[in-house]
Amino acid sequence: MKAVITVLGKDRTGIIAAVSNLLYQNGVNILDITQTILSDMFTMIMLVEIGQDSEYNVVREALLDLGQEMSLEIRVQRSDIFDAMHRI
Amino acid sequence: MLNASEILQTLRMIDQNKLDVRTITMGINLMPCVPGPEEGLCDRVYDRITAQAEKLVPTGEQIEREFGIPIVNKRISVTPAALLGARDPVALGRALDRAAKAVGVNFLGGFSALVHKAMTRADEALIRAIPETLATTDVVCSSVNVGTTKAGINMDAVRLMGEVIKDAAARTADQDGFACAKLVVFANAVEDNPFMAGAFHGVGEGDAAINVGVSGPGVVKAALEECRGEPFDVVAETIKRTAFKITRVGQLVAREASRRLDVPFGIVDLSLAPTPTMGDSVAHILEEMGLEVTGTHGTTAALALLNDAVKKGGVMASSHVGGLSGAFIPVSEDIGMIEAANRGTLTLDKLEAMTCVCSVGLDMIAIPGDTPAETISAIIADEAAIGMINQKTTAVRIIPAPGKTVGDSVVFGGLLGEAPIIPVHKESSRDFIARGGRIPAPIHSLRN
Repeated sequence: MKAVITVLGKDRTGIIAAVSNLLYQNGVNILDITQTILSDMFTMIMLVEIGQDSEYNVVREALLDLGQEMSLEIRVQRSDIFDAMHRI
Repeated sequence: MLNASEILQTLRMIDQNKLDVRTITMGINLMPCVPGPEEGLCDRVYDRITAQAEKLVPTGEQIEREFGIPIVNKRISVTPAALLGARDPVALGRALDRAAKAVGVNFLGGFSALVHKAMTRADEALIRAIPETLATTDVVCSSVNVGTTKAGINMDAVRLMGEVIKDAAARTADQDGFACAKLVVFANAVEDNPFMAGAFHGVGEGDAAINVGVSGPGVVKAALEECRGEPFDVVAETIKRTAFKITRVGQLVAREASRRLDVPFGIVDLSLAPTPTMGDSVAHILEEMGLEVTGTHGTTAALALLNDAVKKGGVMASSHVGGLSGAFIPVSEDIGMIEAANRGTLTLDKLEAMTCVCSVGLDMIAIPGDTPAETISAIIADEAAIGMINQKTTAVRIIPAPGKTVGDSVVFGGLLGEAPIIPVHKESSRDFIARGGRIPAPIHSLRN
């Protein structure tokens, strides 16, 4: 399934590296990535492909743990919710 | 590819403006439980509900995780229980309570009777069992339909419901009459409403259905903050656009739940349902339109615009819109309504006027505990008359709080909130209610 990962938090070194490394270890393919700094806030949005639906919960838990560890707000959501809201 | 601002807008709606799916409600037809010996009825009902709804809660939780949208409640509605003809309705109510708890839902609606024209013996037995049932169960909700546009108003049932509400309050006096918060008296009740306390699985429904209720007063309020001072055309358009987005989320969740549970999709109910938390208030939307306090002059017009624009925005976003769809005005569940009632601006008479244009009716209103049963019946009759004449659903969920009077307040906690006691007229309606009989169905030509 396709999912959107959003990462928000105070900018520091190694955020992209940590998130992409975690995704790599879980076999998640990154399809697109945008990143910007909005008034000192690191904002990254990734579109990813999670191979098996059953892996979703594992990847989500790992990302939430990483967020706690690095004091970042990390969210994972299936991309369908954004399509539903913003595309007719 | 989605753009970043759209993604961040969705996150803002969920995080800051409290957008949520208020409920996934599974409707379950209990008629297959009827054939067989009377003494096994409660067991058959329990087995049917627990088998059908076994996966409802875990499925809802998984959808919540995957889409990142809170799904606040998972609930069940069942066939109006009076139709099962149970000899002991209280025992049936307790079986419903046990089944609901076994599958982990937080409410089950359908301890109900449809008596808009007349009562069967089973209907009357069930209605008389409502106070004891609601006082001795935790999650069962009850509703009674006393009038329709096509049948008129059953004034015998209206009289009885005044007594039932008083009795239910008395039996839960130590909780400020909490049983009444689980009891709705309807006119023109809808068969696919997913919201409590008035949900039931109507007789025109199939074996089971998934109905979803979406909410998001905070999102509408935030959108209107962007167009302060603009004319109402802009206000209406903004509400429509916002309602569209909210409803699309509901449609997505409903479709997923239906597919995973292998239960047909029924409807999406796009009601703005407030909660007592800050930033989740319908009253604050009305005040954002330019009213100092909800209840002042202009409130009915503001609510009419809101209710209509919500429906218009929502209908295109879902393949099937149903339920009550519109704006709810439950006093105790809306922090803005609580403030307005505390100031004395929001009165029972103004609330009655508002129910002419909102999606339901007099909802979660606490009144003095010494209010006579016939006054409550008269309030119900007024509300049912508004529904009957205007071909809309109206309802009364009113709490005569035992031992309390104007100046006091009741506290239910959680989603049900708290409410100041609102005064009712002291002048008697006794002889009016004592008449009984039926108010005939209205004529629908010669309209003025």
